[in-house]
Amino acid sequence: MSTTISSTSHLGTRDTLRRGLELSPELRRGLAVTLLLAALTTAGRVVVPLAVQQVTDHGLLAEGGPDTALVWRYVGLSAIAVVVTAFCAYAVNVRLFRASESGLATLRLRAFRHMHDLSMLTQNTERRGSMTARVTTDVDTISMFVQFGGIMLILSLGQILIATVLMLVYSPPLTAVVWLCFLPLLLVIRRFQAAVGRAYTAVRERVGDMLAAISESVVGAATIRAYGVEERTAARIDEAVEAHRKAAVGAQVRSVVAFSSGQLVAGLTLAVVLVVGTVLATNDAMTLGELLAFLFLVNLFTQPVMQATEVLNELQNAVAGWRRVIGVVDTPADVSDPGDEGQVLPRGPITVDFDGVSFAYPGSGAVLHDVNLHIAPRSRVAIVGETGSGKSTLAKLLTRLMDPTEGQVRLDGVDVRQVRFSSLRERVVLVPQEGFLFDASLLDNIRFGRPDATDEDVRLALTELGLDGWLEGLPRGLATDVGQRGESLSAGERQLVALARAYLADPDLLVLDEATSAVDPSTEVRLQRALEGLTRGRTSIAIAHRLSTAEAADEVVVVDAGRIVERGPHHELVRGDGVYAALHASWAAQQRS
Amino acid sequence: MSTAAVPTLRRSFGIIRIGVRRQPWWFALAVAGSALYGVMTVGTAWVIGRVTREYVTPAVEAGEVTTSQLLAIAGWMVGVVLLNVIGVVIRRVAAGVTMYNVGADFRRQVTRQYLRLPLSWHHRHPSGQLLSNANADVEATWNVFAPLPMALGVVIMLVAGVVQMLAVDQVMALIGLTVFPALFVANMVFQRHMSPRVTRAQQLRADVSEVAHESFEAGLVVKAMGREAEETERFAVVANKLKDANIAVGRTRGTFDPVIEAIPTIGTLLVLAVGTGRVASGAITPSEVVQMAYLISILAFPVRALGWVLGELPRTVVGWERVDAVLRATGEMTYGERDIPEQGASGAHLSGVDYLYDVVDEEGGLSQHQAIHGVTIEVPAGSTTALVGPTGSGKSTLTNLTLRLVDPHRGSVTIDDVDVREVTRGGVPSVGVLVPQQTFMFDDTVRGNVTLGGDFTDEQVWEALEVAQATGFVQHLEHGLDTRVGERGASLSGGQRQRVALARAVIRRPQLLVLDDATSAVDPSVELSILSALRSTSAGTTVLVVAYRMSTIVLADDVIYLERGHVIDHGTHAELLDRCEGYERLVTAYAREAAERAAVAADEEAAQ
Repeated sequence: MSTTISSTSHLGTRDTLRRGLELSPELRRGLAVTLLLAALTTAGRVVVPLAVQQVTDHGLLAEGGPDTALVWRYVGLSAIAVVVTAFCAYAVNVRLFRASESGLATLRLRAFRHMHDLSMLTQNTERRGSMTARVTTDVDTISMFVQFGGIMLILSLGQILIATVLMLVYSPPLTAVVWLCFLPLLLVIRRFQAAVGRAYTAVRERVGDMLAAISESVVGAATIRAYGVEERTAARIDEAVEAHRKAAVGAQVRSVVAFSSGQLVAGLTLAVVLVVGTVLATNDAMTLGELLAFLFLVNLFTQPVMQATEVLNELQNAVAGWRRVIGVVDTPADVSDPGDEGQVLPRGPITVDFDGVSFAYPGSGAVLHDVNLHIAPRSRVAIVGETGSGKSTLAKLLTRLMDPTEGQVRLDGVDVRQVRFSSLRERVVLVPQEGFLFDASLLDNIRFGRPDATDEDVRLALTELGLDGWLEGLPRGLATDVGQRGESLSAGERQLVALARAYLADPDLLVLDEATSAVDPSTEVRLQRALEGLTRGRTSIAIAHRLSTAEAADEVVVVDAGRIVERGPHHELVRGDGVYAALHASWAAQQRS
Repeated sequence: MSTAAVPTLRRSFGIIRIGVRRQPWWFALAVAGSALYGVMTVGTAWVIGRVTREYVTPAVEAGEVTTSQLLAIAGWMVGVVLLNVIGVVIRRVAAGVTMYNVGADFRRQVTRQYLRLPLSWHHRHPSGQLLSNANADVEATWNVFAPLPMALGVVIMLVAGVVQMLAVDQVMALIGLTVFPALFVANMVFQRHMSPRVTRAQQLRADVSEVAHESFEAGLVVKAMGREAEETERFAVVANKLKDANIAVGRTRGTFDPVIEAIPTIGTLLVLAVGTGRVASGAITPSEVVQMAYLISILAFPVRALGWVLGELPRTVVGWERVDAVLRATGEMTYGERDIPEQGASGAHLSGVDYLYDVVDEEGGLSQHQAIHGVTIEVPAGSTTALVGPTGSGKSTLTNLTLRLVDPHRGSVTIDDVDVREVTRGGVPSVGVLVPQQTFMFDDTVRGNVTLGGDFTDEQVWEALEVAQATGFVQHLEHGLDTRVGERGASLSGGQRQRVALARAVIRRPQLLVLDDATSAVDPSVELSILSALRSTSAGTTVLVVAYRMSTIVLADDVIYLERGHVIDHGTHAELLDRCEGYERLVTAYAREAAERAAVAADEEAAQ
């Protein structure tokens, strides 16, 4: 059921471009004017060399000595053309940059947002480094092409067209010769391009691997030092760096072959034209002057053809980047927001029901079997069980980090799949064991779920939780910077922040998944009491292996091997001889000196 | 001439020299290919002229053409074209190899620094930025090697062209001597305008990467709190800044590109205008004017390669500055020559240790916050010592200090009477091993994560997993020891990761084992099994353990109680329970709570 983010979409070049344009509508905006200006630029570029040729023929080499007046007239007109061309080129450039940057910013945002919309399981199939590459370097590749290659491609195609028309005016048979020489190239080039395209896709994938390997040396810095495995890590990085280098050189060689074949054909065409032209000229089909003029036109034709083939290679690079971004955007979100179709549940005490819920991770056996559970509003429930019993899975299903394979999870009688995300997140908040902190102040981290909260709100929340003493001990109070991933704080302190964050968000149902596992016992007990007093109006579900949580709960639910095996208040279960009594005995034994 | 551009130019030449030194032969080959291409480009014009003069014209005048004439035409043309293309192939392949080899070289060097620099350095640098340094910045620095050989070939072409012009007519050569420097100046001004804009775009590119990386890492929290829209908004702010910066770059490029393209065209027109006058006055022949115009037009396009190089230079300088900052970073931990003797168990001693960490305020000012105050601790060889204290009291910092992940600002740490700062590199990890609270998994197999490349048999791996109570779940994984755990062990649960990390430590049979609340995500019953297995297999090993659970603490010979970075008391558990109030409150919190609840429940029952 869970989807992996495809490393690249499988669309062909044309479909990729079409989908790309669809995703970045700004690329099309004002395109007509840009193309018109580009056409003018192209015309200007061709007019000037033609004028030069005319000046030479009719002015400089005029019979009876150079015609100075004519030369100056032509030169003056050409100069004007040069200036107009320059202005057009400027406008084309700026318009193209604006359109492409706007379009690609849209694409970047869309891919970024979609990455967050993908289900947790889908996200976990992709390394964070590669995810980052998809909204950064992959998009940059496209922008490089659109801005530099795109304009060149447009100009080149225009020039090819104009040169062909002019060649036809001079000599249709020689024009046919030129096109015949280039035709095989146009046929072969598709195959070259496919090879070049594959090579660049490989390069982009190697970049992802390389970033992942490098990120280990950064994120795993402490472990690497603690175990003295610098050399091994270095070897792993070197491997990825070398694989990337090889792929890049491979792509370079392929693109050089493709490009040079264009240049070779261009040169050989000149040779063929000279040979055929000589034969034609000796047969009075054309004059020597016309043959020389034609040679000049061949240059006007081959130069853009070569540029175009080169740009087409770059296009492959861009298409590879585009495919990887589209690969993200077109990955279906398994767990999706019903959006406007969905229901908005009114705030207030919340009822939770699990109805015949089963769940299996993709490619492995079921971890939950036909779970039925009713949780009344305002109750405090502890879910306990051995590691791997499936208790965390219950929390993830409840918060729609995953959807059940069978059965329904209902909030106030409504299937959670029919509840709008905005409403669901407002009512239900999960505090995971490792709550991620952002590289920002303590204040900003705590009000992550409620950005409009004031300093006072945050301070009050911490006081209510009994954490004001801890806050005082921090070097800069609420302004304390927690460092990247919160690493300036200890694991226990990070949990305090994550808890305060969820508490401030003020949900109707608080789901704590081992949320205080690293906090010291006396702080934990204090937190529990605080939450108890404060959660009176709301429902709370706590998953914990420290059974002090279970002792404090209204009801204990015991999960074993994916089934609910016992439930009831602590003082009843503990007197029985079931799973809970055994778990509790071993827990209590740990607490005794 | 611009003032800012000159230092940039000088700096970039220095940087290029550094790169060339890394790959002198490939670079030389690229330049040779470029020279061949340059000579053959001018050569093509020469060959066309010669073929026209000697074969085409006579044939057309004669009205018939012989096979040998046609062969000669074809032969000359094909020859020059082939040589030209060979030059291009050599140039481009060798330039590519140079660029990618130098890039790979610096990626290795930068990541070596990441591995060498101390943990405190890492804490000061966001990981997104470091990733960008090793990837995008290295690339930006050495991209210049793609157009550079071509540009050098063009210089050869230019020299040949100017010499040819001078030989024809000095007045006309003046035009050439104006056009080429004008191109150069235009490029310089271009470069000066581009440099700050490119710097900004590059910095923003790193920012975009940083925000994206952090946000994706926070994926679960973003989901759990429904902050997708706000995160997208946060990303949009930097992405839009990058957009604006790139558009600014585009405007500058858009201004200069057409100017740079127009200059040689205007030069050609000037040659014609002035040339006509020179021909009229009889100084030169019309064909010489045509030759000059042709020279300028064939050189105009390649001359742009100089522009590409100059346009690339600001990126080179900016990229290099960022790469170089990593390479020059100091604060590297220094190591001594001494070894800690190998024996059954090691004793550790912290004496008067202070530890401070940097605190940055809103204005970017740096102050320091003292986390550890004059701590003295004795961990006798073979003993088990428990570190107990409230959340945030400095326990983890002490474990890091003991195994020299960080150095104290004052005081000293010794293991077996050897100051850890005098121990060889790798010496401390070979005797002392830390299992941190938050485990890090490599994107490798279970086996690889336990052995970390060390020389251990599968049997030893299974034994270690057995001690860590991990045999059960590892056996049930699809590929057993060969199962890949995913990036940061994503496919394992928190408790499973902790057990693999524990096995990683146990397999090394350390003389000093430091456990920093290393079983926090494991069930109580599993934890008990782990502790008893540890005791039976690693008898004799010194253990320093951060613990909250009574069962763990009771196993300790000695307990050290900390509050806010100070040692409050130490002694046996019984002694502390007796005389240290804070300690008593902390370790009996659960029991007291349970007792109170039981009492309340009993009251309620009695009342009913």
